[in-house]
Amino acid sequence: MGALASVVMSATTFAGSAQFAAASVLSAAGSVGAAATAAILLNARYVPIGISVASVLRGGPLRRLVAAQLVVDESWAFARRRDGSFDRGVLLGAGLVLYTCWVAGTAAGAIGGEALGNPDTLGLDGAFAALFLALLVLQINSRRALVAALLGGTIAFVLVPFTAPGVPIIAATAGCLVGWRPR
Amino acid sequence: MGAGTIACKAVGPVILGGRSLPPQLAGVVDMLAPAVLAALVVTQAVGADRKLAFDERLLGIAAAIVAIRLRAPLLVIVVAAAGVTALARLIGN
Repeated sequence: MGALASVVMSATTFAGSAQFAAASVLSAAGSVGAAATAAILLNARYVPIGISVASVLRGGPLRRLVAAQLVVDESWAFARRRDGSFDRGVLLGAGLVLYTCWVAGTAAGAIGGEALGNPDTLGLDGAFAALFLALLVLQINSRRALVAALLGGTIAFVLVPFTAPGVPIIAATAGCLVGWRPR
Repeated sequence: MGAGTIACKAVGPVILGGRSLPPQLAGVVDMLAPAVLAALVVTQAVGADRKLAFDERLLGIAAAIVAIRLRAPLLVIVVAAAGVTALARLIGN
């Protein structure tokens, strides 16, 4: 992938895991269509994530549309309070900082990345797993949340060998159904 | 890809606006975070190209678990995991 293409992707598709999924499909000689499909499938989680933060975003439709783009896994997880509500300042502030660093970091990586060699040598794959684990621990605040996590993790584990990258994560969202409270 | 992502992110806030969800549905949405994050942990820790791979990343995760138990800051947890993963790989090769 060219340097300019990488930066444009970061600026328009502000969602790391989807970009990694797309990059891995492309590097495995997959088609551009397959790469984009994997990325959008992975990003389908932003539909429910967007719904969960909708009540804290203010202003007209256009303002909310722009603010919604700052929502990523990390800003969302940081902004989530223990009672399940969201801190608007943290959500947008963290999102803005992450966006700036993300696009700048992509540019730096695209230009200087060759010098680094394989990012796996630096253990970055292990670091991402640890980041998600640390964020997960913050979310386990009830028995129900633990069950949802175990379900989601198990679904992903079982599906990884059989499905395209991204699909296990979409399927794992089914774990959230333990949150249904019949009235 | 960019357009699809922007649309996915916008649909909730733009359509729902300031209204909040009915309580039954809110419970489901609350459980999305643990379910999705657990799936991300699994795919990132043992996922490889359409197969499961148990490799140096698990040692990195073990280091992260120790750091989490010690209530270390997020940055320390992540750096510890990267360092142990990289070190294990260096020794293994």
